[in-house]
Amino acid sequence: MPSIRALAKLIKELEDQLVVCMRCGLCQAVCPLFAETGREADVARGKLALLDGLAKEIFANPRGVQDRLARCLLCGSCAANCPSGVKVLDIFIKARAILSGYLGLSPVKKAVFRGLLSKPAFFNRILAWGSKFQGIFVRPVDDLLGSSCSRFLSPLLQQRHFKPLAPTPLHRQVPALNTAPGAAGLKVAFFAGCLIDKIFPDVGAAVLKSLEHHGVGVFLPPDQGCCGIPALSAGDTATFDKLVRHNLALFSSEPFDYLVTACATCTATVKKMWPLMALEYGPQEKAQIEALQARVLDISQFLVEKVGLAAGSFAGKEKLAITYHDPCHLKKSLGVAAQPRALIRAHPGYELKEMSEADWCCGCGGSFNLQHYEISAAIGRRKRENIVKSQAAVVATGCPACMLQITDMLSQAGDRIRVKHAVEIYAEDL
Amino acid sequence: MSNQALVQEFQRILGKEQVFLEETDRATYAYDAAVLEPVLPALVLQPRSTDELGQVVRLCHENSLPLTVRGAGTNLSGGSIPGRGGAVVLTTALNQILEINEADLYAVVQPGVVTARLAAAVEARGLFYPPDPGSMAVSTLGGNVAENAGGLRGLKYGVTRDYVMSLTFWAASGETVKTGSRTVKCVSGYNLAALLVGSEGTLGVISEIILKLIPLPADRRAMMATFSKMSKASETVATIIAQRIVPATLELLDNFTIRAVEDYSHAGLPVDAGALLLIEVDGHPAVVAEDADKVESICRQLGATQIHVARDLAERDRVWSARRSALPALAKLKPTCVLEDATVPRSQIPAMIQALEAISRKYNLPIGTFGHAGDGNLHPTILTDRRNKEEWARVEAAVDAIFEEALKLGGTLSGEHGIGTAKSRFLEKEFGTGTILFSKKIKAAVDPHNILNPGKIIGC
Repeated sequence: MPSIRALAKLIKELEDQLVVCMRCGLCQAVCPLFAETGREADVARGKLALLDGLAKEIFANPRGVQDRLARCLLCGSCAANCPSGVKVLDIFIKARAILSGYLGLSPVKKAVFRGLLSKPAFFNRILAWGSKFQGIFVRPVDDLLGSSCSRFLSPLLQQRHFKPLAPTPLHRQVPALNTAPGAAGLKVAFFAGCLIDKIFPDVGAAVLKSLEHHGVGVFLPPDQGCCGIPALSAGDTATFDKLVRHNLALFSSEPFDYLVTACATCTATVKKMWPLMALEYGPQEKAQIEALQARVLDISQFLVEKVGLAAGSFAGKEKLAITYHDPCHLKKSLGVAAQPRALIRAHPGYELKEMSEADWCCGCGGSFNLQHYEISAAIGRRKRENIVKSQAAVVATGCPACMLQITDMLSQAGDRIRVKHAVEIYAEDL
Repeated sequence: MSNQALVQEFQRILGKEQVFLEETDRATYAYDAAVLEPVLPALVLQPRSTDELGQVVRLCHENSLPLTVRGAGTNLSGGSIPGRGGAVVLTTALNQILEINEADLYAVVQPGVVTARLAAAVEARGLFYPPDPGSMAVSTLGGNVAENAGGLRGLKYGVTRDYVMSLTFWAASGETVKTGSRTVKCVSGYNLAALLVGSEGTLGVISEIILKLIPLPADRRAMMATFSKMSKASETVATIIAQRIVPATLELLDNFTIRAVEDYSHAGLPVDAGALLLIEVDGHPAVVAEDADKVESICRQLGATQIHVARDLAERDRVWSARRSALPALAKLKPTCVLEDATVPRSQIPAMIQALEAISRKYNLPIGTFGHAGDGNLHPTILTDRRNKEEWARVEAAVDAIFEEALKLGGTLSGEHGIGTAKSRFLEKEFGTGTILFSKKIKAAVDPHNILNPGKIIGC
């Protein structure tokens, strides 16, 4: 293991960004984690102070800092509200990479990231196998939400009500596509993302249906990989780099106008994290990343801004109340909040009723949910209460990770409220 | 008691989870919002009841362990930075609004309640808690009382002091002390609340607060007036008051700040203006209409080049977003931002502004000034990079010069940020030796082991 001084030197490279924090503490107002625990180490200011301390070599044991840095949803609420404009997410992602490089990855993470995630084709085969046999271990609990829970006492699944793997993932339903532009005169590449591919293929189908409806050509290459965010969040830059390069090769093989996804986290990762971490890539790869980040759009952005929404044809009289949850990675990272609402409003069969705190994090935070389920669920329950109070029959959002978390919370509470992606609502009426 | 035994005793009282011992947890309570060196506390305690809070204070007293109470840690003068080897006592788990009494117009709160939460809770019932410090989205009422926090509405509505009806606090030796009552009038006993408010945690540990509420104003109107020269803006402020109009807020932005805000938010502010006044009048709709008209014509008479009156909520929000953006816009220009709050009598604002410009030139430092023109409480904000040692020495000299100037003009070191450790060495200059001596006697009498936030206000 390199010396603590070497670690301090690496952290010092973040100094120009760390020094921007003036310790005003306003991040306490918006941090979903701090709202539950009231602990300074859980809020951005505390973590930035710890990194400062690490750079100044005041800690003998950096593992304490690593543990506290891991207690973060990476939702970006703090960064979006920071008066000094501290690039909190950039700092945390880089610091996690530095600390993981220094302290090493846990054996479980290493096995998952290096053994599975970094090998998209193999990962798909393993999960195909898993979807056939998951019935032995889990049982359905809510037909409306399509959630399941563990049949046995399971340390990993705990009391979760989760969405099981889809029987036929998107890449089996539609292995590849390459269609020419139609009426819209545009062609997009569709980046499916793991959760849509493997758990919510219906969302992927809704994207394809919408694109087809508007006469948009679609390039859907086979063997798509993960966007890399789970590995990057854990500080595993090796796996992240491998995945970025895998995807770059796929998406640089065909010309298209825009890269679209229906996953807020994937879009934010391609737009923000790929360029952030590309500093040591070659010039050609850098140019490819630059080209992709400039053209990546959330599906709602693409449909609203580049195509124009179809007028709804719904003929029924009864309007169904629907509410919308802002995924952090859409609203706070990308500033996309009006477009998904426009998709929902385009369906005359629904009436959008805003919940309070619509942009308060749902508490999922990707692997945060796996490592800190109790806090994640506590944050999720706050979201659930706001959803229930809105009296909507359906809650829509723009990120499959939020859909998982919200499904879990509603299902555990026995609420009969459907969870949908905004593009599913839009496509319903096409 | 040995250190280990003491820790165990704290753990027995509070539970293990509520005693933070790990260095990486303690390090997150070593600082506040002041630009000062952090001091690592020996331990951090998080009581969950008033009773636990009292037991903590008593135990600290018995073991001569210094304690610094901390709410949100937003203090700007180092008041919530612990003493070396001391304990930090968190109020974050004492965060209940115990009562909002609509008949008698008061609220009973625990010290850890966030200011904005109380403000929203009473507003939902048509009531008003006016003190609105800049950090109110996170600051706690306990901290507000301990620092006598101000805000934008000081001119018309006063500051935290004016809303404290009653306090319950733990004396250093662990007894409960009560002062004031739920009644509008109360002359029973010493006015200990007056002593505790603004005492920065040095005289007692507040456990319960009764705050006065007032009816929410039925109407309000905001406007923005542009002046080519700072002197014209100051003259306007003086004339508004002389005409017996008391706006709820009367805020000033200097040219440096206007340019910073415009670069930051592109709101279309006049970048060549010498000063902007942001004014809001509130009250009964008829009074609001009359006052707003009068203020507008005063601004015109005194040479405002442009006046924009907000016609609806969205426009009002645009007016205030210029003010809200002042600090963020300035903060983004340089890594370190030293926010001062030296305050002068209202009539001395033009002189103070001139002095600040001279100080900025003399020490070759960018200073943006904005603040509460209505109450003379300006916020000269020095932009710097603390890592630059040579420049930092000039910043310290400039801060000294600002204090000197404020005192010379009959003002005070701090309008609302507190003395803490940042300004304690200047206090004697403002008040004289007798005052320091008297204050030290009070402190020694009520806190014989000197455990309550030692070193703050009056030094060691």
